[in-house]
Parts: sequence; structure tokens; C-alpha cells
Amino acid sequence: MAKDQENTFHFELVSPERLLMDMAVSAVRVPGAEGDFMVLPNHAPVMSTIRPGVLDVYEGEGKTPEQVFVRGGFAEVTPGTLVILAEEAVLVKELSKSNLKQKITDAREDLEDAKTDEDKRKAQEAIARLTELLTAVN
Amino acid sequence: MANLKDLKNRINSVASTQKITKAMKMVAASKLRRAQEAAEAARPYAERMENVLSGLADSVKGVAGAPKLLVGTGTDKTHLVIVATSERGLCGGFNTSIVKAARLKIQELTKAGKTVKILCIGRKGFTQLQRVYGEKIIEVVDLSEVKNLRFSDVSPIADKVLGMFDASEFDFVTLFYARFKSALTQIVTEQQLIPAAFEEKEGEAKGEGLKGSIYEYEPEEKEILSTLLPRNVAVQLFRALLENAASEQGARMTAMDSATRNAGDMIDRLTLQYNRTRQAAITNELIEIISGAEAL
Repeated sequence: MAKDQENTFHFELVSPERLLMDMAVSAVRVPGAEGDFMVLPNHAPVMSTIRPGVLDVYEGEGKTPEQVFVRGGFAEVTPGTLVILAEEAVLVKELSKSNLKQKITDAREDLEDAKTDEDKRKAQEAIARLTELLTAVN
Repeated sequence: MANLKDLKNRINSVASTQKITKAMKMVAASKLRRAQEAAEAARPYAERMENVLSGLADSVKGVAGAPKLLVGTGTDKTHLVIVATSERGLCGGFNTSIVKAARLKIQELTKAGKTVKILCIGRKGFTQLQRVYGEKIIEVVDLSEVKNLRFSDVSPIADKVLGMFDASEFDFVTLFYARFKSALTQIVTEQQLIPAAFEEKEGEAKGEGLKGSIYEYEPEEKEILSTLLPRNVAVQLFRALLENAASEQGARMTAMDSATRNAGDMIDRLTLQYNRTRQAAITNELIEIISGAEAL
């Protein structure tokens, strides 16, 4: 147990709507704006914006990582903590490919039916977002 | 003297009003719980954001070419006042007190010779401000369709404000809303959104322990700031609207509670009067019968 504690650090994932994750982890891979980076305990303090992508959260060695899709936000790393503020965060396991594809087709139809510019913009945003998600799942 | 039938009707009508206010109180109470949870869930994000930003802001403030959202445009000719109110009435003095605070600010600014623009979020504030400041209102955001406020509902509003700011339509943005303290108390709050103002939290900030300058930044500080500051506006707005929603339900709950109690008092009073009238009528009848018998 003591050894475990040495090898972990505190990880928080916060979205504007709620605190999604708040736990001790051993490593997290963060999709930084200028490249992915791995955060391990005692990481040097870094502040980085993140690009849309998938977070790999390792709760312990040998365990399969929990994957979370995040979009728009930034990561704050201190030696003992990692805080990720994301505008949007979804657990990858809660997404399914077929579901996403269906949603994309729906959004495309919306785009064709869109009458006002506002509707068009919304549909386009939705498509862009869903495509990002889909690439994340693949 | 009111006759018995009239009194009975009054009592019935007050009783049905009481039923309505009671139901509204119950609905507000359950909505309040949900709104309060949402407001509390949003707090960590906004707080973290503020911590990070205030650290960053310190390191950039002195530098030339710092973002306008942080240091301002250099002038203060035009002010935008955002008034966040509810979409529905029957919530006591909730909307009135927000509008009143905003109106004072507007008067003060106008007196100082500044141009004021108003953005209303919520229909109730708009109807109250429309009469006096109709020509100053540049935009009304209607959120009556929105049941549970999500971040995606708010970011378009923030984008609109930022877009207008970039087009130099105003130099300062102040937001009025009611902060939720408890179901009984809501505090009308004035918050400066642009340029970003951070509350000085001496001693409290030490939780994070690290000064902004220790961090490595990726990309550069300025670039991070330029993405974070606009997001901060959206986040602060989102938080304010959530607080507002909770406050609204709290205010409605208290208002409806006292309305229910008043209705109860009224029913008691009317029932007493009804009984007295009834008794008087009976006594009268008896007297008539007795005096009739005596006359024989």
C-alpha cells in the first residue's frame, strides 16, 4: 500500500458541469496541444492546453487504462497533482461506434434540412464534434 | 353584513388559491434541489479556472500587448451591463432586486457620461427594463426553452458578447445576478466580466502552493491566456446563470411558502366570520319565533 502511494498522484478531471474524476492514479497520457505527454508522479509543473483527444488514465500498473474523450481545455500539472479542465469530457466506454455513426448521419440530414444559418452552423458543429469522437473511438 | 353564500364562495376561492401556491412551493423545492446540485457541481471548474488564471495573469500583466480581455481596452467609454433574471414570475422580489441593482449601476454610469448598453438574459428583467431603457437594450436572450442549463446553452451567449467586444462595441462588461446563499437568502451580485477581475484570496490560494512563474507553459503563456480568457468569460457566465437558477427557485419557494401561509390565515379569518354570521342568523330566527309565540 505504501509503495502504491509513492507511485500515484492525485488526478482530477473537471468539466463545467461536474467533477468527473477525482482519484489517485499512477499515470495519465494527455493529448497536449503540442503533442501527447505522459504525466507520472513528480512531474515537473506544466500548464498546457489540450487538443481534442483521448486521455488514458492508468489507475495502477498493469491495469487497462480508462479512456476519456476530452475536448477544449487545459491541463495543470504539479508534482503531486494533475488537474484537467475540459469543456467536454465523455468516457470512451460509454460511446459506441454504431451509435456515433448513426448520429453523424442524423446530423448530416439536419444540415441538409437546415433553413437558417444558425441551424446550419449548429449542424456543422455537431458533425465536426461527432467525427472527432469517432476518430477517438477507433 | 356579507351574506353566508358570499362568504362560502370566498373561502372556497382562497382555498383553491392555497392549493396552487402549495403545489408551486413543492415544485420549487424539488427544482431547487436540482438547481443547487448543478450549481455546486459547477463550482470546482470555475474555481480551478480562476486559480490558474490569476496565477497566469500576474505573470503577464506588466507585459506590453497583454490580452485586452485581461487589461481592458484602455478606455472606459462604453459599458455593457448583462442582467440575468428568470423567465417566470411569482418568485417574490427576486427579479425586482436584480433589476434594481442594475438600474442603480446604469444610472451611475449614465451620470458619469458613459454610454451604456444592456443585454438581458431572461424575459422578466427585459420587461422591467424595457420601459425605461428600451433603446439601450441591444439583445435579449430567451432561455425559457431550456429546462436544465448546460454549458452548451451558455457558450453561444458568451461567444456573442466576446464577438461584440472584439468589434470594440464596449470596453467593460458587468454582470448582475443573484448568488445563491440559502433558500431564504439570495445575494444580488455585481461581477465584472471584462476585463477579467480576480478576487484576491490571500492565504487561500496557497492550497496550490505554486506561483505561476514556476510552471512550464506549453504553448506560451500568452497563447494559453488567449484561449483561456474567453473560456473564462463563458465559465463565469455559466456559473452565474446556475446560481441564478438556484436563487430563483429558492426565492419562489419562500414566496410561495408565505403565500400559502397567508392563504391559511385568510381562510381561518373568513371561517370565523362565516360561523359568526351563521350563528347571528340562527339567533335572529329564534328571536323571531319566540317573539311571535309570545305575541299569541
